[in-house]
Amino acid sequence: MVDRFIENFDCGHRACGGCGASAAVRMILKGAGKNTIVVSPTGCLEVFSTPYPETAWKTPWIHSLFENSSAVASGIEASLKKQGRLDKEKILVIGGDGATVDIGTLCISGAFERGHDFTYVCYDNEAYMNTGIQRSGATPYDADTTTSPAGVCSTGNNRPKKDLPQILVAHGSPYVATASMAYPMDLMKKVETAMNTKGPCYIQVHTPCCTGWGYDGAKTMEIGRMAVECGLWANYEIVNGELTSAKKVKRVPVDDYLKAQKRFRHLFKPVRNDAEIAKIQAIADKNAKKYGIDIE
Amino acid sequence: MEGSIAIAETVRLCRPQVISAYPITPQTHIVEGLASIVADGRLDAEYICVESEFSALSACIGASAAGSRVYSATTSQGLALMAEVVFNSAGMRLPIVMGIANRAISAPLSIWNDQQDSIMMRDSGWIQLYAEDNQEAIDMHILAYKVCEDHDILLPAFVCFDGFILSHVYEPIDLPSQELVDTFLGPFNPYQKLDVNDPISLGMYATPEYYLEFRYEHDKAVHRAAEALKKYGKEFGEVFGRDYSELVVGYKLEDAETAIVAMGSICGTVKDAIDEMRADGKKVGLLNLRCFRPFPSTDVAKALAHVNTIAVLDKNVSLGAKGAVAIEIKEACYGSNIPVYDYILGLGGRDVRKRDIKKIVELAEKGEGDMFYGLREEVL
Amino acid sequence: MTLGIGCTARPGNSRNNKTGSWRVFYPVMDTEKCTKCGTCQLICPEGCINQNPDKTYSIDLDFCKGCGMCAEECPDKAKAIHMVKEEK
Repeated sequence: MVDRFIENFDCGHRACGGCGASAAVRMILKGAGKNTIVVSPTGCLEVFSTPYPETAWKTPWIHSLFENSSAVASGIEASLKKQGRLDKEKILVIGGDGATVDIGTLCISGAFERGHDFTYVCYDNEAYMNTGIQRSGATPYDADTTTSPAGVCSTGNNRPKKDLPQILVAHGSPYVATASMAYPMDLMKKVETAMNTKGPCYIQVHTPCCTGWGYDGAKTMEIGRMAVECGLWANYEIVNGELTSAKKVKRVPVDDYLKAQKRFRHLFKPVRNDAEIAKIQAIADKNAKKYGIDIE
Repeated sequence: MEGSIAIAETVRLCRPQVISAYPITPQTHIVEGLASIVADGRLDAEYICVESEFSALSACIGASAAGSRVYSATTSQGLALMAEVVFNSAGMRLPIVMGIANRAISAPLSIWNDQQDSIMMRDSGWIQLYAEDNQEAIDMHILAYKVCEDHDILLPAFVCFDGFILSHVYEPIDLPSQELVDTFLGPFNPYQKLDVNDPISLGMYATPEYYLEFRYEHDKAVHRAAEALKKYGKEFGEVFGRDYSELVVGYKLEDAETAIVAMGSICGTVKDAIDEMRADGKKVGLLNLRCFRPFPSTDVAKALAHVNTIAVLDKNVSLGAKGAVAIEIKEACYGSNIPVYDYILGLGGRDVRKRDIKKIVELAEKGEGDMFYGLREEVL
Repeated sequence: MTLGIGCTARPGNSRNNKTGSWRVFYPVMDTEKCTKCGTCQLICPEGCINQNPDKTYSIDLDFCKGCGMCAEECPDKAKAIHMVKEEK
């Protein structure tokens, strides 16, 4: 049972007001419960939570480098196993999409291939936010970032999101899920499930970023809901390689979600870019079909 | 036994709980030896078959931070790949011991010995020990754990031994007993660790207000390691019968007119050459550097104060400048007016023979130095 | 203060950083209207909303950055929180 009043992340951290990731981290830690050791890669979370000597972490916490948190977690797991602590203490990596989907691919693949008992939760704000909003492998199609800017000859990022959940399913992970901080109860439950599943488990959490996506911080939950409701983000669970649950929605067109964020503004100004928006709609349609999210 | 196997057996005696290493020539026999030891239940450890050297050292960080004694080994390309982690682990002040089977660095690709790999990490804040023979290689592993884990030191250490020349060579070894190693080392008692009963945040980031002070403390610790090495080196001698209380060791140096300075297995060849030169009446001696970081400047200056000529053998080159050892020796002897000549040799496994040492002494005494020794002009 | 070896610290001192000073808007909570659903406490990015003994909630203005998520998400049937501009 998740105790929603556990507080393992303290006030006084330096996240932007309205930060989806910091709200998500509080929820993730509630889902994880006590006796959790956290590993973080370099990124927004690490930077806003631990400027020496201030730390917002009330759990044991370690940060090494940008790309190696899965390898560090592997080492912690091996050590806890040898010390006989692995039945009591659990290992949780919380890292951003940059660290997870791009530069950390080597380490996460190795750790999942070796089958270490830990949970990796990726807070996906869809770009390298901490360094100023550069494109990552998780940046959605046509999003404007500083390294995939919209311009005269560009409509923004020209690739779809990398499907890391599927890659880790292929590694034989017993539990792979996606979640959104806009659906806290679902997120906490999934984290609890992952922490209690033996083996390497992965959850990718959609965490809207008001600074990077360009919307008023008060709307973080709403933006998160809109992503799910138009099908561009699907919440699902894959248990031992089988899709066992997906959040069903009465799907709406992608327009409202895109219009609400500055990073897609170029698709509407000076005129609506019908061709590009159709491509994005197709991505949403594909998600809907793949995960069965449409309410019949 | 083979050097690599001796090292594997010694690591077993040190009882690491986690071994995380990636195979790379010429260290492979060490990791294979350890895998076999663990598979046979002769060591109760977790052996992580990591997917790269980068992950190897990263896993060591995690395991050490969680409270386990750890071991890894690498060389050359592997060490270069884990460069980021090397600096990171030292800054996190984790007492990791890593064997380095010294090998030349690409490009061009070479699997043969020189000391460029560990030398290029000299800024990293790791202790660096260099073994002359396999006995030293294994003794230094035990000594390294003792020094690194001291709560006043808390540094990782490289134990360097020349690849192939030592790792693949069969020499008689005195392998210490488990009881003696247990008494000398004791169980791992971490200064701090990841523990839900006493949470800490480890590896935070430092703003300009704090970074300088962290680096200062780290530098002080590396300097303190010199005394710790001597102290525990003396204790090692009392327990195991082989003394390591000096960071630099002279051989026929006391009355030498010309001194050769060298590090690693080449010292064996140098000693034989010196014996022959002495028989011919030449007053030559050797200063063997056992420890490159912390650099024992004072000890070096004292040991070389009386000589007329210094010839430094560098199995490395800081391209565009000089050999790294010569640069340090010059710095240590600054103000003494003794000429220091640098001979870059043995790179990429090029054999160095007694006659080369004798030739070098001749060149040094003629005032000819600061060169790549032994160039094959015909291939240039 | 001794330097934390390895750049280390124990929990607690992020609270020395009173992020309430960042605010442009601040939340006003009307506990009469509060339906005690706990949504605000759950979603606040700061974690600065605490449960009162009577199970309503109050916001710690030392740390509240004024993002407005609580006011936005407070259920329609309650709307117990509204944002007010800070006077300087």
